[in-house]
Amino acid sequence: MISVCDVSYSASLQKILDDVSATFDAGKVSAILGPNGAGKSTLLKCITGSLKPDFGTIWLEDRKLDSYSLAELSVKRAVLSQNTAVSFPFSVMEIVLMGRNPYTLNGNTASDIEIAEETLDMMDAWHLRDRSFPTLSGGEQQRVQFARVLSQIWDQREAYLFLDEPTSALDLKHQYQLMELVRNQCDERALTVIIVMHDLNIAYHNTDKSYFIQNGIVKVCGASKEVISADTLSEIYNLPPHYAASHINFSA
Amino acid sequence: MPALLLLGLLLLVILVLAISIGAVSIPALDLVTAGLSEQQQAVLLSIRLPRVLLAVVVGVALAISGAALQGLFRNPLADPGLIGISTSAALAVAVVIVFAGPLTGMLGLYSLSIAAFLGAMIACFLIFRLAKLSGKFSVTYMLLTGIALNALCAAGVGFLTFLSNDEQLRTLTFWTMGSLGGALWPSVIVASTIVVPSCLLLIKSARELNLLLLGEDEARYLGVDEEKLKRLIIISTALTVGAGIAVSGIIGFVGLVVPHLVRLLLGPDHRLLLPASGLLGASLLLAADTLARTVVAPAEMPVGILTSLIGGPFFLWLLIKQYSGRFGL
Repeated sequence: MISVCDVSYSASLQKILDDVSATFDAGKVSAILGPNGAGKSTLLKCITGSLKPDFGTIWLEDRKLDSYSLAELSVKRAVLSQNTAVSFPFSVMEIVLMGRNPYTLNGNTASDIEIAEETLDMMDAWHLRDRSFPTLSGGEQQRVQFARVLSQIWDQREAYLFLDEPTSALDLKHQYQLMELVRNQCDERALTVIIVMHDLNIAYHNTDKSYFIQNGIVKVCGASKEVISADTLSEIYNLPPHYAASHINFSA
Repeated sequence: MPALLLLGLLLLVILVLAISIGAVSIPALDLVTAGLSEQQQAVLLSIRLPRVLLAVVVGVALAISGAALQGLFRNPLADPGLIGISTSAALAVAVVIVFAGPLTGMLGLYSLSIAAFLGAMIACFLIFRLAKLSGKFSVTYMLLTGIALNALCAAGVGFLTFLSNDEQLRTLTFWTMGSLGGALWPSVIVASTIVVPSCLLLIKSARELNLLLLGEDEARYLGVDEEKLKRLIIISTALTVGAGIAVSGIIGFVGLVVPHLVRLLLGPDHRLLLPASGLLGASLLLAADTLARTVVAPAEMPVGILTSLIGGPFFLWLLIKQYSGRFGL
């Protein structure tokens, strides 16, 4: 479980997060939603520990986040960032095996390779394993990066999985596959999953809890199926009500 | 591993050739049977051997530091010469030569190395900060910073040249062209005591350097203390480049060409890339230096001119290849 308590963060005198509080439970998929520049990615970066909040505390289970060492965290949580360009010709397999780094001090074992192949297969990318990563398409790269992230916490229970726009470059089929996989892994291993995203349809159908952020403040939060509604959207995204209502049609 | 053995073998062959070729020929066969004349022995021990070994050490230093810098900057275009690290080190050395008078012997060489190290390190930090001005690392800013640093330091060296007396002038000129001509045992000892430990340190962090290529945040998520790693890379490469510069002047492009060739042959994994670059760098610089001291014999060409002659066009080719869409700068 993660608790974010009264977290504020500023960059160059501008307040990006203002007194944000949130809780994310194990075995649940949570979405962080909101307009561009609302502070979603910043909040995620605070939760991953790559940004340090100016005020407030983040608790990971019963300890403060900053009391964990990098090594402890690396076997507990995995993060998929946006734009992870690699400018050297590593093979897909090499990239995925990097996810096993926390467990392998002297080269990869047979089980690491097995895990890497399994996660690649789940992401429908096994056939790419010998390709050079930089030559892949954006969507293929995203799937391979997701396989790397998944293999990092493959043998952990109650681990944490943070995804920043994981479906942004994927086609419909792979969006569906990825979200199904996230759901299954979350249920099977009691993961705590937090996803920053823009696609409200995916959020509605595939997440348990949603936080809407606007100007660095949590505006609305609650069960996804309840809070993702035409009313919320017209308020949060500042849309005319008829447009918000016509644009979304959530029938389960 | 077999690749490393092959590269080691290549170095050995070139080493034997480089030892035997020269104004006084020392055939390899005579080396083994120990049938050397007194003159041959003298040449071998006090001229040929230190020169050949210095070429090896400097070649290792340039190639490994180039490969490590490319990892640090996450871009295959980084080279100590191109981005101004070498010239900054050169400026620091020029300051010492002109203001501290002639420094000779081991102590003098160590102080030159330390000056070069400081110059290189200041440049490294500056480039790293400036290239990230916009928040994200920019190759354009890295190269532009390099241009500015190169111009600034060249002006500095120029001004010092203007101030210097005849003897200092000769040292400076020779040294900015990059040459292994002054190789004596003290240079070999000073350079190798600095280069070998720094390079081993870099090779030891090869696995973490691989992860850094995913991105700084990604490396941290995978358990790497990337701040510490970056510091270690900057200090080790600055030491390595500094030592190389102090004993041989500016020898350009080895750090760019060699890692690139190794990547084409063996892939980008630093665990292989770093040691293989070291071996190939030693072989190439040794071959170039042997060429430089024999083609125009009895005169001698500074080896830096030769490496730049090969490296310049190579860099242009790399640039065109990158811009034609493979990575997108």
